[in-house]
Amino acid sequence: MNFTNFGRYILLLKSVFRRPEKLKIYLKEIAKQMDYVGVGSLGLIAIISTFIGAVMTLQIAFQLVSDFIPKTIIGSVNRDSSILELSPTISAIVLAGKIGSAISSEIGSMRVTEQIDALEIMGINAPGYLILPKIISGITMVPMLVIISMFLSITGGYIGGSVSGAVTPAEYIQGITTDFNPYTITVALVKAFVFGFIITSVPAYEGFYVRGGALEVSQASTRAVVISCISILACDYIVTQLLL
Amino acid sequence: MIEIKDIYKSFSGNEVLKGISGKFEEGVTNLIIGGSGSGKTTLLKCMVGLHQPDSGSVLYDGRDFTPMTYEQRIEVRKEIGMLFQGSALFDSMTVEENIMFPLNMFTDQSRKEKLERVDFCLERVNLAGKNKLFPAELSGGMKKRVGIARAISMNPKYLFCDEPNSGLDPKTSIVIDELIKEITEEYKTTTIVVTHDMNSVMGIGDYILFLHEGKKFWEGSNKEIAHTDIQELNDFVFASRFMKAAKDKF
Repeated sequence: MNFTNFGRYILLLKSVFRRPEKLKIYLKEIAKQMDYVGVGSLGLIAIISTFIGAVMTLQIAFQLVSDFIPKTIIGSVNRDSSILELSPTISAIVLAGKIGSAISSEIGSMRVTEQIDALEIMGINAPGYLILPKIISGITMVPMLVIISMFLSITGGYIGGSVSGAVTPAEYIQGITTDFNPYTITVALVKAFVFGFIITSVPAYEGFYVRGGALEVSQASTRAVVISCISILACDYIVTQLLL
Repeated sequence: MIEIKDIYKSFSGNEVLKGISGKFEEGVTNLIIGGSGSGKTTLLKCMVGLHQPDSGSVLYDGRDFTPMTYEQRIEVRKEIGMLFQGSALFDSMTVEENIMFPLNMFTDQSRKEKLERVDFCLERVNLAGKNKLFPAELSGGMKKRVGIARAISMNPKYLFCDEPNSGLDPKTSIVIDELIKEITEEYKTTTIVVTHDMNSVMGIGDYILFLHEGKKFWEGSNKEIAHTDIQELNDFVFASRFMKAAKDKF
């Protein structure tokens, strides 16, 4: 995103946060988007998180071969990695692909078929009506998905460790309950909030300013996912640097 | 009445509109005609505020639209209905929800009142009973009629139609033209139709503004258009052999 685009993105956000014409209609739209972003992504996040947790346990066990390191450390490392990095970041990147491309294509198609012009002509704040519910659903539902992801990732680690025999259930549980720092949850939720904003606002921007036809809509969708992923990784670094 | 004064608009140094002025009266069908690239859609978009003119003014019953703030424009836009070239119906909504959408946003009517209004608008465009269909289930002509129904749902003072006949068969085109004319006369709206359909020009053109290369070349009625000796206008209107033969009979 160059500086011109960044400026337009900021101006679009300014329009997004204008006072809604009718709160009731916006609330209805927010509920619809929450269902799509949250409930609609639950299955995908559950599968990914469980497998990542299981694989993490196996890989940590594979790397920690020294007799001087207790096996309980596998649970601790898995817990902290899942909470601090894997659950927020991997979930966000997966959601950027699923939700980001959908948002960009939906708004982009509305642009090229003049539906956004129709909203403007009716006197409706099109950025507000189309984008605000998506952003609100992103910043609320992504943290919830991340919490579920943390839980399932740690559970996946337990299952993976038990099934493979890499770590006993007792050692794993002792590991995940030892020296737990609740602040890591705060860091993860801050990340999830930021990522939720990126996942919804960046694709919305790309879709909103599409010019052309079907080809440009698909290109905008690809660009939205790429820019969202890069932004997520950059913000991941910044938030980690600031909070840890 | 809508008045445009000396409208200029350019895109990346390419001047599309070069000082266009005109007056569009209420209760009559006003047509903006011209060849492809003549600037008619750009002019329409400048009039409704989708494009900001470089200079000039657009007056809605004396209210200058161009320098208005966002909030002031919203008030004027509530009085505008527009039919888009591709109908621009919201895909995710049924016909009923499409027509009800502006009512939901800007009125405090009860659901019963809104449904009555939807039924009235659908009946007006001869689509009674099609409430629950989605845009994907409609033909091109039906989409245009739903577009008109949505445009008139808020009782607009100003009705804009961008290429209402594009992609329609001649018979359906005439139905749409007649519908626009009837609504204009019945509700005394100030109606502006952008078209290059010659049947529309001859059929409903009470006032016609002809654009050529971004300039106003001619204005008059459909009765006068056959008797003009402006080369550019004749080349445009009577381009086909059929229209030439029709002109000779006038």
